[in-house]
Amino acid sequence: MTEYNFAYLDEQTKRMIRRAILKGLAIPGYQVPFASREMPMPYGWGTGGVQVSAAVLTPKDTFKVIDQGADDTTNAVSIRTFFQRTAGVATTTATSDATVIQTRHRIPEEPLHEGQILVYQVPIPEPLRFLEPRESETRKMHSLEEYGLMHVKLYEDISRHGHIATSYAYPVKVEGRYVMDPSPIPKFDNPKLGDMAAIQLFGAGREQRIYALPPYTQVVSLDFEDHPFEASKADHPCGMCGATDSYLDELIIDDLGGRMFVCSDSDYCEARQATGHKGKDAA
Amino acid sequence: MYVAVKGGERAIENAHAWLAEERRGNTDIAELSIAQIREQLSLAVNRVMAEGSLYDPDLAALAIKQARGDLIEAIFLIRAYRTTLPRFGASEPVDTGIMACDRRISATFKDLPGGQVLGPTFDYTHRLLDFKLAADGEVPKAPSRDAETGNVPHVTEFLNREGLIEEAPHDDTPPPDLTREPLEMPADRALRLQALTRADEGFTLGLAYSTQRGYGRNHAFVGELRIGSVPVEMDIPELGFAVEIGEVILTECETVNQFTGSKTEPPQFTRGYGLVFGQTERKAISMALVDRALRWEELGEDNVGAPAQDAEFVLYHADNIQATGFLEHIKLPHYVDFQSELELVRKLRREAGAQQVQEAAE
Amino acid sequence: MQANTLSGGFADPAVGSAHAFRSVMEAMARPGTIQDIEGAAPPAPLSPAMGAVLLTLCDTETPIYLAGDMDCDAARAWLAFHTGAPFVGPAHCMFAVGKWDALAPLAVYPIGTSEYPDRSATLIVECSELAASSATLTGPGIKDQATLSLPEVEAFQANRTLFPLGLDFIFTCGERLAALPRSTEVSRSSSEAIAQVGAS
Repeated sequence: MTEYNFAYLDEQTKRMIRRAILKGLAIPGYQVPFASREMPMPYGWGTGGVQVSAAVLTPKDTFKVIDQGADDTTNAVSIRTFFQRTAGVATTTATSDATVIQTRHRIPEEPLHEGQILVYQVPIPEPLRFLEPRESETRKMHSLEEYGLMHVKLYEDISRHGHIATSYAYPVKVEGRYVMDPSPIPKFDNPKLGDMAAIQLFGAGREQRIYALPPYTQVVSLDFEDHPFEASKADHPCGMCGATDSYLDELIIDDLGGRMFVCSDSDYCEARQATGHKGKDAA
Repeated sequence: MYVAVKGGERAIENAHAWLAEERRGNTDIAELSIAQIREQLSLAVNRVMAEGSLYDPDLAALAIKQARGDLIEAIFLIRAYRTTLPRFGASEPVDTGIMACDRRISATFKDLPGGQVLGPTFDYTHRLLDFKLAADGEVPKAPSRDAETGNVPHVTEFLNREGLIEEAPHDDTPPPDLTREPLEMPADRALRLQALTRADEGFTLGLAYSTQRGYGRNHAFVGELRIGSVPVEMDIPELGFAVEIGEVILTECETVNQFTGSKTEPPQFTRGYGLVFGQTERKAISMALVDRALRWEELGEDNVGAPAQDAEFVLYHADNIQATGFLEHIKLPHYVDFQSELELVRKLRREAGAQQVQEAAE
Repeated sequence: MQANTLSGGFADPAVGSAHAFRSVMEAMARPGTIQDIEGAAPPAPLSPAMGAVLLTLCDTETPIYLAGDMDCDAARAWLAFHTGAPFVGPAHCMFAVGKWDALAPLAVYPIGTSEYPDRSATLIVECSELAASSATLTGPGIKDQATLSLPEVEAFQANRTLFPLGLDFIFTCGERLAALPRSTEVSRSSSEAIAQVGAS
């Protein structure tokens, strides 16, 4: 692949993205507009994350890509192969060995450490978008810190259902200022967003936004005093490794609708199995 | 026992191999050449160039071949290629007044300097399948005459002389470029036109049609539609003057629209504008109607809430590469978010059920 | 002079700027940490770190303000050749380059707008020393607290009050750099005297 530049993007594009990342880090939770480029993969398939990864990777990095928590989902495989070819980086599935992790919809179970960068693929970066479709309006709302509409929506859920009926892409407030969309991670992952040792970068290609959380940033899931935020997951242990603290995929295993629950984080599950942990469905 | 699904990499490789085989089709049938696509499917090529924002008939033909005739996929290939190209500079604005027209019609004046030229149009063909083409596509040579030389003045210039149509003052402000800067609202007309010229033909057509049916009606006449080639010039700083670097075929549509006047302006005609790469007249006319509808604010018209008047709605949804990517991404795995929804719905149903049982007991 | 202008860029621009950016990003993400940055050899008075930052972030789309003695033929020629960045006054710059005293007053630089707080200047400050001393930093990117030799404290406190608007700072010295985004709270370290650090 000598016909393309290191990590695919041209240098001018990388500089533009890098400047946006720095402003994002300086204003945690604020969505920085950037001139997203057309990538050789479709919008909605991680073009924002790919552009951010391309702007931060060096040849010395070890790169991991997960989709739904797993390294072997097809789009994760596709993105990992892309950077193997265009940046020649080493790749890994081991969370602790990776220096840059690109993810769609999950935060790894294993706590990340300093020196790591977590890059999120973001479909709709605007947490207020489903309450107000107009960008011109939501931008104003952020500037005025006018988040009443969001609280009204969450409270309407409570009065109708007794609970906040948002289970993923659960909105957070960053350092007491910006309301931010954490990307469609399950709300189970929300508590990991705050106070994380790694740098978190969020890229939305189609919507042309980059935002960031520096390490050790205060991130609070929106809630109410009488209805505190609760990180939930399926109330089962992992069928393969027996973990009780991990987020689970639900599988249908027979025609009678039999169910089984398995860690969504494939590296976490495999590492536990390798050290002798066994769930009830393991061989 | 459960075994996790593995082998995504091999599945992808095999899918690609199968795709290549399907693209080629039955190998007993001769393979299509790029030149055949370029010459014989030229309107597909034009659409790919227009919405791909890259004027290169051979590359567009290659993209159509690679995409198995899926034009949006072909446009995507061109866009992804285009974005990697270095930029050496910007051309001078093209002058459509010196266009060598293959086609030039006006719906507003029966005759005018430069004349009406019907050109290679489907307009008056009877849409009867031509079974002769199935057997033998060779055609006799069409009659020809010498090309007209000299300027072909725009119809709107005649109206302008009488002050009957709004002025379109000369403006040398460099236009914004949405391929280099994030789209931002409010968008000025130059930016809107850039977005529309590369917008999806179907989306633009639907919006334009909606204005004709009353959703932001603007009473459009095709003042003029012209198709032909114009020279492209580039200023070379080292030389100190502009040199011609090639020619492009363009379709230009200027509509003349009714305007009953506003608080500040007397009644006069207004303009809608469409300019698109290649012979793409459905798109150019659609573009002109949508452009005009989007101008309600600067003309002091009422916003009647029509989709075609809503610049944010139009510009954020007109790009078929953005739209198709996001639409199709919902087939990617969403196990994780779906699982969290499953848990939530189960919990809410459990509680609703418990409440009903309790109410029944009371 | 001519050779000086044409040389001193990254040997391999794509890889050199990738490494340099990681240093800048780590510095901005972890205020107070001091990062190594190398690969650039600009003419004086630009330090290698300053040169690397500018090569990594600047191009024809980023107006630069050269303050004080940074505004010299050597720096202008080198930046023009390697980045193509236009030179402007402080009110219109995206990046400002200079020693602390020459960059003052801070009130003239763009601090962004309430809808676009990112449209603000980044000041790259050439320092005579860079050490973990004198000012105490807290805020995003900092686990408990950090210390950094800042040229003064009040200006950064005033800048913090503008949040989410405000200026962001990169400090360069030799082949090292640190950064201070607008989100950082700055206070005077009780044990240290800071009057002399960074002055001159």
